[in-house]
Amino acid sequence: MAPLLDIRNLTVEFDTPEGTVHAVNSLSYSVEAGETLGIVGESGSGKSVHILAMMGLLPMPPGRIVSGEAWFDGQNLMDMSDRELRAVRGGQIGMVFQDPMSSLNPVLTVGRQLREVLVRHTDLTGTKLRARMIELLEIVGIPHPEARLDQYPHEFSGGMRQRVMIAIGMACNPRLLVADEATTALDVTVQAQILDLVRQLKQDFGTTVLWITHDMGVVAELADTIQVMYGGRIMERGPVSPVFRTPHSAYTHGLLKSLPDEGARAQRRLYQINGSPPNMANPPKGDPFAPRNPYATERCLNEVPPLRDVGDVPGHKVAAWYDLPALLAQENEVAK
Amino acid sequence: MKNLIKDLMRSKAGLIGAILLLLIVFVAVFAPFLDLPDPTRGDLRARLAGPTWDGLFSPGAHPLGTDEVGRDILSRMIHGSRVTLLVATTAVVLGGIVGTALGIWAGYKGGLVDRVLMRLVDIQLAIPLMLLALLVVAALGPSLRNVVLVLALTSWIRYARIIRAQVLSLREREFVQSAHAIGASTMRIMFFHILPNVLTPALVVGTLELARIIIMDSALSFLGLGVQPPTPSWGRMLADGRVYISSAWWTVTFPGLAIVLTVLSVNLFGDWLRDYFDPKTRNKK
Repeated sequence: MAPLLDIRNLTVEFDTPEGTVHAVNSLSYSVEAGETLGIVGESGSGKSVHILAMMGLLPMPPGRIVSGEAWFDGQNLMDMSDRELRAVRGGQIGMVFQDPMSSLNPVLTVGRQLREVLVRHTDLTGTKLRARMIELLEIVGIPHPEARLDQYPHEFSGGMRQRVMIAIGMACNPRLLVADEATTALDVTVQAQILDLVRQLKQDFGTTVLWITHDMGVVAELADTIQVMYGGRIMERGPVSPVFRTPHSAYTHGLLKSLPDEGARAQRRLYQINGSPPNMANPPKGDPFAPRNPYATERCLNEVPPLRDVGDVPGHKVAAWYDLPALLAQENEVAK
Repeated sequence: MKNLIKDLMRSKAGLIGAILLLLIVFVAVFAPFLDLPDPTRGDLRARLAGPTWDGLFSPGAHPLGTDEVGRDILSRMIHGSRVTLLVATTAVVLGGIVGTALGIWAGYKGGLVDRVLMRLVDIQLAIPLMLLALLVVAALGPSLRNVVLVLALTSWIRYARIIRAQVLSLREREFVQSAHAIGASTMRIMFFHILPNVLTPALVVGTLELARIIIMDSALSFLGLGVQPPTPSWGRMLADGRVYISSAWWTVTFPGLAIVLTVLSVNLFGDWLRDYFDPKTRNKK
């Protein structure tokens, strides 16, 4: 079966006074129907930008889509007119953004904002429309939905607002739900509730989810597949547990090592990846992570590594010239 | 609405302004039912009669005196307020609609649309408004419609500039992106999502503009370019009465007072309205 979403060779650049910023570099990946893909990366890794580009939401200029295709359900989103794209957005692809405090229009009631997406993409009217709105708020776990519809966003807490955003994103039973840092602005307990909710929705409606985050913990909990991005490229990708167990990219390894582990003594200083993210107006010639990578070889600095299969686990791929597990094993030997 | 009235009760200046304004509007609206002497019929035997309160309720009494052809000043003032308020509110609303729409358009679209519109505003700001108004009325000929058009023409730029500035910051807010993400069109975003957010500043500009336009309308009438006689208007009454300022003070004092009081009440009310809609000042009280 063809994948639900297939991105091929997507390259996005920004024109800035400092020169051209290479935000996304020939990015290719696909998502199967029903799969949950967690995309992890730090600021500037291109994780949000490529989604905006795909959805036709990238401000152009300064943004520029140099090349690429984004096949969704057999159609290339890049070839669509603005009108066709608008029919997809909110209908077949739902989106949830980072900041629930500002994602809702402060002067419109929650009901009006929920109604807008339903009117735009469905034929519901009158009492059926209202019933669907109430049902949606119930699905995302908002108590007293009937009364809540006529309230303004400032009468909702942060977590409740994010639930409303998810209700809006899920309103038309989308094939794909894209969440861009959807739990980042929420505190940990609320975050856990939202993750539970998304898991429940996945189970009930079989929605494919694309979860963009910088939080490894969230990915571990929610995703089937993890995709680590850096410098507008995929560094590593594969089923969540093998990637967490034996990372093959030094970047993934560094990210996992910098997580505070449970039970560890509080005295232990957290690991940090040295250096700072690359300036994408003047990107490194080879592997973008090479300048910060203690395992980098001469080749890493000069040549961009292609994404290769790791071998033992199907679907586990890495972009690296070195063999990280072997290097780590060597290190352990030496330490002993 | 309840909060609005409660807050108004607490603000002395705002309350005075509101009451005065209500009174003026009330009198203007119900002028035909007030059993006033005909404002356009002169009585040469009673020309330039001083204000007198004798026989206040008898027909032919002139509580605020008469003008140079014996027309009742009170009646002319009240009927003049109808014209003034009609002209001013229509011009404010017209200028407000055009200015707000163009401001949203320029602010949201940016680029060429924005540059062209804002240069147009700059150009118009460089020309003295009174001169512009004189020019247009002189070219089109004075009439009620043309006066309204001219006043709206001097007014839209103020809305456009303020609304544009607001929209520039609003369009970067995340809810605009969310609206895009649910498939809303640009038109829909501008008028369903952005417009309700700028209604408050538009309303505030509106009250300030109302006061300014009343003065400007009176000035146009004073110069003979406003509503044409015999229709009474405050500015016209001032213009006609100024010849007699040393011998018959009432001919200019009362219409002048009417202008001052109306503008004052609009300003007081407008000030309060601005404070009310600014959450920072509202909560301090």
